[in-house]
Amino acid sequence: MSKKIVATTSLAGCFGCHMSLLDIDERILDLIELVEFNKSPIDDIKTFTKQCDIGIIEGGCCNSENVHVLKDFRKNCKILISVGECAIMGGLPAMRNNNASITECLEEAYLNCVSVQANEEKIIPNDEELPMILDKVYPCHEIVKIDYFLPGCAPRADLIWNALVALVTGNEMDLPYEVIKFD
Amino acid sequence: MGESKSQKSVEVNAENFSECCSCSCKNIKTILAKYGSDRVRLMDILIDIQTNVGCISKESVKEIAENLNISKVDVEQTLSFYHFFSEKPTGKYAIYLNDSAVANMMGRSDIAKALEEEVGCKFGSVTEDCQIGLFDTACIGMNDQEPSAIINQRVFTNLTKEKVKLIVNGIKNNFDVNDIQIEGYCQATHKLITSNVCSNIKKEGPILTKDMKVGDALKKVILMDPNDVIELVKQSNLRGRGGAGFPTGMKWQFCRAFKDEKHYIFCNADEGEPGTFKDRVILTERPELLFEGMAIAGYSIGSDEGILYLRYEYKYLQNYLEDVLSTLREQNLLGKDIGGKAGLNFDIRIQFGGGAYVCGEESALIESAEGKRGEPRDRPPFPVEKGYLQKPTVVNNVETLCAVTKIIHQGPKWYRSLGTLDSTGSKVMSISGDCDNPGIYEIEWGFTVNDILEMVGAKDVQAVQVGGPSGSCIASNEFKRKLAYEDLATGGSMIIIGKHRDLIKDIVMNFTDFFIEESCGSCVPCRAMTVQFKNKLEKIYRGNGVQEDIDQMLEWGKVMKMNRCGLGHTAANPILTTLKNFRELYTAKLQKTDYVSEFNLEEAVQESCAAAGRIPNLGGDHE
Ligand SMILES: Cc1cc2nc3c(=O)[nH]c(=O)nc-3n(C[C@H](O)[C@H](O)[C@H](O)COP(=O)(O)O)c2cc1C
Ligand code: SF4
Ligand code: SF4
Repeated sequence: MSKKIVATTSLAGCFGCHMSLLDIDERILDLIELVEFNKSPIDDIKTFTKQCDIGIIEGGCCNSENVHVLKDFRKNCKILISVGECAIMGGLPAMRNNNASITECLEEAYLNCVSVQANEEKIIPNDEELPMILDKVYPCHEIVKIDYFLPGCAPRADLIWNALVALVTGNEMDLPYEVIKFD
Repeated sequence: MGESKSQKSVEVNAENFSECCSCSCKNIKTILAKYGSDRVRLMDILIDIQTNVGCISKESVKEIAENLNISKVDVEQTLSFYHFFSEKPTGKYAIYLNDSAVANMMGRSDIAKALEEEVGCKFGSVTEDCQIGLFDTACIGMNDQEPSAIINQRVFTNLTKEKVKLIVNGIKNNFDVNDIQIEGYCQATHKLITSNVCSNIKKEGPILTKDMKVGDALKKVILMDPNDVIELVKQSNLRGRGGAGFPTGMKWQFCRAFKDEKHYIFCNADEGEPGTFKDRVILTERPELLFEGMAIAGYSIGSDEGILYLRYEYKYLQNYLEDVLSTLREQNLLGKDIGGKAGLNFDIRIQFGGGAYVCGEESALIESAEGKRGEPRDRPPFPVEKGYLQKPTVVNNVETLCAVTKIIHQGPKWYRSLGTLDSTGSKVMSISGDCDNPGIYEIEWGFTVNDILEMVGAKDVQAVQVGGPSGSCIASNEFKRKLAYEDLATGGSMIIIGKHRDLIKDIVMNFTDFFIEESCGSCVPCRAMTVQFKNKLEKIYRGNGVQEDIDQMLEWGKVMKMNRCGLGHTAANPILTTLKNFRELYTAKLQKTDYVSEFNLEEAVQESCAAAGRIPNLGGDHE
């Protein structure tokens, strides 16, 4: 059986979910037997070089770049998994959604906040090269179809591992209470 | 009208309210003294202040806290829980316009528009001179005479644009609301009732027929052993009329069995279920029957104190009901040595709520009566063991207690001869919606939905909402079902929805909003999933739904069982029962793909780009 190809990305996330993936410890050796990585921060492949089977998404979408990457993942992966609170519900970054408009957020960050010191021209970053900020932080499934969701902040290594193994081997997923219990 | 239109409105917020309108209550000391600075009476204190000055300021909160020797937060959390309490000014005349589904069916939006025009401010705000405030409110129990509004405790029913003009005119001329005369209103039942609300009794049965002398049942009871009284109630097979249908005699027996120095009887007159107004009519027409029933319950369980928990919306009945109570005291049917029996004491006081549907749930009702937020308690222990002030307490619906009086008077055998084997006696039904004769119908259990539809003159019926939003929405294939605990159970209301209505938008969405608003917030599914349900509905309604949205709603429905109380258990019922009985209304709106995104990059980046002064770059590779 040829190895399944996996891609991963971190959008508006903290990389904690990727850390959790690495927390599978010595099982990473087994993982390498099972899958091949394509575009991912893990192997630093920056663009898709082939069609992938599984895309692992950490983080929601807070800017146009996130949207672009996410859509690219949808195009290039057969199955997409939202991993972690941020991808599933926006998570911590989404705290900005209810409390203030994006204008207020930008003004607070770049103009009004006590720690703003050297912005005499009162500029909110506007370089063409910068991604454009979205009005709010969106969960991934509101932008593209997501096939599976792995909850947690971050999801336990065992949960990610069990899900990957199930997907790759086609067996039913092992879901003991401990791996989806959060406190 | 040019003048009123130019009148500006102010969105009141915590910062500007003190300069905007005076909120200081000069009578606060008198009010606190009236309730003996008793923490348990916090609801009454807040109600009195709110009624006095139209809001409860931070200074008042501080003074109450100091006086009652509790923290400010204790006061604030009660204050913030109830719809009719406000930290911000609500105006000298606070207009609360009913926003129930039936009110909307009967033309509420035109009335709302007329009010905004005449008054000169938007809903959710007060006029700049602090005279008039406009607010939405959940069903006020007037579904048979909508659109209706409450203004300073007086209810104005059957509103038309003309009536709105007259009313606002009166207000602008500084009339007391009770002095505003409107032609064509029905006469109030009693001179102490200040609102012209019609009782609209269309069919009388054992409870609504005035065929017994006040006090006869009670005088009979006090010669009996309390256990024998409970036995009679048990023999009648009477089950609670508040919705849950718990056997009344058994409830009393449990409560009596818990020995304690004090027991309480509560009558649940919160009647918050939209579409239900039968308790309002019973309280208007047969209050003596109810109070006698409470006294009988008191005698049976060994209680000397009864509390009528009455929803704030029915405050216009206060003077009248107080008067009935005094008469009963004069007749020695309440008070000390009742019926001449030495040492037999029982009295009743009225406890008002502050506008919260969940307070109809019995343990929330008790919390509220203790002056707290109306959050349901964890059970067990049930109220019969630890209820009001942790003492054994019976909570019964208005109609249940009235039935008790009749059962004692005419015997359980007579009662069992009415209705069906498992559902004995009668049921007072509130009927509203698309029919010729909305109003109150007291029927025997066992009537079919079709019987009722015929009786009330309903044609071209699309659906019938049985038992309010928490009940179920049924289609014509179920109209042959019987109203009975063993078939189609109901707390007492039927809303008839004609074929010309948009069921999802007019009914399901309104009910879902209702539950979102009324959830007490303790349980996550009840607080959060209701909003998710609403989002899904709206997505489907915008034509962007897919099959998965429906599948997800059905899955989520199961999660609602994890909530603590009946509100959360039933909050998805409007959706779930219409998904079951009117699925095609949903599927007709679905797209045939498996996924639709409503995300629009251009819209989503617009604001931030404007703030930063850049031109959005939506070029090729972003799409
Ligand atoms: C959210 C909610 C609202 C309720 N509202 C009322 C009400 O307005 N009136 C009522 O009698 N019972 C209401 N109930 C039912 C009460 O909890 C309780 O079962 C009833 O008052 C008991 O009286 P009964 O045995 O005479 O029916 C409500 C229950 C829930 C969960
Ligand atoms: S879910 Fe938690 S761990 Fe994962 S990206 Fe978000 S904040 Fe980090
Ligand atoms: S189910 Fe809803 S209303 Fe009932 S306790 Fe929970 S949050 Fe409160």
